[in-house]
Amino acid sequence: MKFLTSSRFSAFVPFLLAAVVLFVLAPGILSDFRLNLLARYLCFAIVAVGIGLAWGSGGMLTLGQGVFFGLGAYAMGLHMKLDDAGPGRAPDYMPPTTDWLPGWIEMFRSGPITIAAIVLLPAAVALVLGLATFKRKVRGAYFAILSQALAAAFALLIIVLGSQSGNYTNGTNGLSNFRSFFGYDLNDPVNQRMLFYLAAGFLLVMVFIARQLRNSRYGELLRACQSSEERVRFLGYDPANVKVVAYVIAAAMAGIGGALFVPIVGIITPMDVGVAPSIAMLIGVAIGGRGTLWGPVIGAVGVAWAQSTLSEQFPAFWTYVQGALFIVVIAFLPGGLASLGSVIRNARGWWDDKRGRPAEPPVAVTDDLKTDVGSRV
Amino acid sequence: MATDYLEITDLTVSFDGFIAVDTVNLTVLKSDLRFLIGPNGAGKTTIIDAISGLVPSTGSIEFAGNHLQGKKVHKIARLGVGRTFQTSTVFEDLTVLQNLDIAAGAHRTPLTLLRRRSAVPEEVTAALETIGLTGQIDTLAGVLSHGQKQWLEIGMLLVQNAQLLLLDEPVAGMSHDERNATGELLQRISTERTVVIVEHDMDFMRSFAKSVTVLAAGKVLSEGSVAEVQADPRVQAVYLGTAAAAPTGAEI
Repeated sequence: MKFLTSSRFSAFVPFLLAAVVLFVLAPGILSDFRLNLLARYLCFAIVAVGIGLAWGSGGMLTLGQGVFFGLGAYAMGLHMKLDDAGPGRAPDYMPPTTDWLPGWIEMFRSGPITIAAIVLLPAAVALVLGLATFKRKVRGAYFAILSQALAAAFALLIIVLGSQSGNYTNGTNGLSNFRSFFGYDLNDPVNQRMLFYLAAGFLLVMVFIARQLRNSRYGELLRACQSSEERVRFLGYDPANVKVVAYVIAAAMAGIGGALFVPIVGIITPMDVGVAPSIAMLIGVAIGGRGTLWGPVIGAVGVAWAQSTLSEQFPAFWTYVQGALFIVVIAFLPGGLASLGSVIRNARGWWDDKRGRPAEPPVAVTDDLKTDVGSRV
Repeated sequence: MATDYLEITDLTVSFDGFIAVDTVNLTVLKSDLRFLIGPNGAGKTTIIDAISGLVPSTGSIEFAGNHLQGKKVHKIARLGVGRTFQTSTVFEDLTVLQNLDIAAGAHRTPLTLLRRRSAVPEEVTAALETIGLTGQIDTLAGVLSHGQKQWLEIGMLLVQNAQLLLLDEPVAGMSHDERNATGELLQRISTERTVVIVEHDMDFMRSFAKSVTVLAAGKVLSEGSVAEVQADPRVQAVYLGTAAAAPTGAEI
């Protein structure tokens, strides 16, 4: 019984709840089609957990997570295409005469290397970019613009690599028509369901990692960096190192989200990794509440769900809704939906004040405190 | 022990040709409580900025045998130099405990950082006692009163184990009682450390200074005990000269 009421247990209640929803409820009531859509949203939620860490705790406005998402996605996509083609053969979208592939493509033929690359490639790019910017004290809007420019450049790079004679990335058409995922037939609904469980499992693990980081001393230090980077410096830390850790972890999470996206959705194109999707990844986090643990997850799933539902009905309409949502949340609800409760409480207090109702008596501490401190110091 | 002091030689700081600090020499020994005073624009804060690595300078700054110039801010902090700012810069959305714990942790290993704090570190408990914030341990620093924030800043310097404390107007905006409490606290702290205080409040300076350096237009004008400095005609001239502009600062 004691365990049930302990704070350690209550911290795990949301995890239990999420696990029940994802592993029991959703597969029980959703059709295969809807479940596949939810799996896709979960991929974005995995990215969102990382953004919550870098932006919510660390204050880094990561407008270019599409790059890391894309690195993970293309690593997985190339692996699956090479796997489908069979040993020693080139993927079906490349020219039929292709008899040699460059090493950087050939390496994705190996499953273990691909899995390592999904995490390490985004992490390495984030490490270089993070150190190059944070060490130079580039931050705020400048960092956001820089990371967004990187997303644009990355999408372009994939298109360019596809338009050359080798057609390594299949350009704007992207990678699609996958047949198998690590030996499992993707046409089998059981395997599709397994992919959903995989995404759900990864999401819970990512949230758990984020939770541990947030509650650790590092998490406190990261929030201190967001609050006042200079002060952290004068305490003997290099804030660049503190921030780059969160940025690298966020990038690795985005890579994992991207890698899961490919077998679940069945296609990855430069359109999925550029500027617009990078912003879309951020909007869910902003709406859900960037400073909270579960806010980014709920926001990302909610926005992705709204996007596919609304764009099924009014295809042209969604962009405006997305923009409006973003503006409303940033302007009126900077803490996201997670802060709705306290905003309403404050608004009520303000309303009561206006109507002349007695507010709660102010706590008379000041004088006591002064004498208290004075006697002790 | 013998090297545990601050020695500044020919310190010059210029901003785009404007010389804010001009060949200043300054030696502050351990257990001294040195006040830097002078009219606005005398270069008091700039000297602190130069010591803590915030602005580039020429000349030589040495503390406890280490040359500080050219080192990065956080490297200088790790050498035992701590400072506060005119406006308090505590981490407002963290608690008092979290603020102090971060200040105490610059030498922690990555593994320790990735774990949760299991107990309040000893030095944090001691500092809480010293600054009188034991009761506010879980209060967000942002809701503390102005004076408490300043004390929290001093507490952060203590747990940081700074041996050279640079304080920029630590009692600005405090009530009379708070000032006295702060002054006594600083006197006690200074017995084991080197403390340099930039201050405009002359009453506060007279009550608590062990030694004073008067600056004017980037140069050292006078140096010595409070009585010596007060008797110096050059100091009187400078303060009388600015008396019309700043009558409250002139009553030295």
